[in-house]
Amino acid sequence: MVLNNMEKLIEKYDNGETTLKEEQQLKDYFSQETVPPHLEVYKSMFQYFLYTHEEQFTKDVPLKSKKTYSLYQWISVAAVAVIMLGIFTQVDLFQSQTQTLADLTPQERVEYEEAKEVLALFSSTFSKGTDKLMALNMVSNNFDKGADNIAYLGEITSTTNKILKTN
Amino acid sequence: MTQAEFLNIVMPFKDKVFRLAKRILVSQEEAEDATQEILLKLWKNKLKIGEYKNIEAFSMTMTKNFCLDKLKSKHSQNLKIVHSNYQDKNVSLQKQVELNDSVGWVSKIMEELPEQQKIILQLRDIEQYDFEEISKMLDMNQTAIRVALSRARKTLREKLTKTHSYGVK
Repeated sequence: MVLNNMEKLIEKYDNGETTLKEEQQLKDYFSQETVPPHLEVYKSMFQYFLYTHEEQFTKDVPLKSKKTYSLYQWISVAAVAVIMLGIFTQVDLFQSQTQTLADLTPQERVEYEEAKEVLALFSSTFSKGTDKLMALNMVSNNFDKGADNIAYLGEITSTTNKILKTN
Repeated sequence: MTQAEFLNIVMPFKDKVFRLAKRILVSQEEAEDATQEILLKLWKNKLKIGEYKNIEAFSMTMTKNFCLDKLKSKHSQNLKIVHSNYQDKNVSLQKQVELNDSVGWVSKIMEELPEQQKIILQLRDIEQYDFEEISKMLDMNQTAIRVALSRARKTLREKLTKTHSYGVK
């Protein structure tokens, strides 16, 4: 009776029509010691299924947590961006301060021309001074005098510079 | 999600992932590597894990695809690490004993089945998933699964009978 039942189940099993419950019945049946010889094949099959089901994965999995990390990463990126923006705008400001002749107002232009004239005047006295110096050099006896003259000239250039600055 | 929570989710089915990987890749080491890879992938996507309805089924699908890809790349590289290569002459004593064992034969014959039948047989007869779950995992309809399963079971039985002449026939 049991055997008959099992044979029916096996047929269903072969056709892929058994439910999980019926398959469990088959597994239970074939885990017993003795089965009829013509069903021996199924015994080794079901034993194999049971046996492989026991196999386990024993290797460790290296899990790293890095969620705290990413927030700081983005903060540092943002900080770098802010610094770069700061530097960029500063450089831009500095560059816009330098002017060319074309940028001057008419009044400033007049002042500029005046300064130019004054400087030209000075440069003429300057060349007079050098003429004198040349003469003295020609005489070449009195080096100290010439040096004094150079000191004068140095004085003149410093005043020139002052005027240049005030203009 | 902390590591402990993740492990609680993954623990129940990590062995199933491993067994499926081993069924497809055959080699123990390869299967271990594959399982590790799958679990790491899950861990990396842990934020999304909540969105999946059935993590176990999802992982099994992932395992199947991953292992089949691995097989494919191996075939294309011409680097077949198939056991039948070195089985002929240098069979170790242990292997011989195992092969003589009827249970060992089943595993040997299962290796010869087509990939799809192999996977279905693994999922059904070893892991005992119901047809609905299997159809989700493999993205196949249930009738097709039943047909493939029936074929796999019959082939398995016939080959086993032939090799061992158990008295049937």
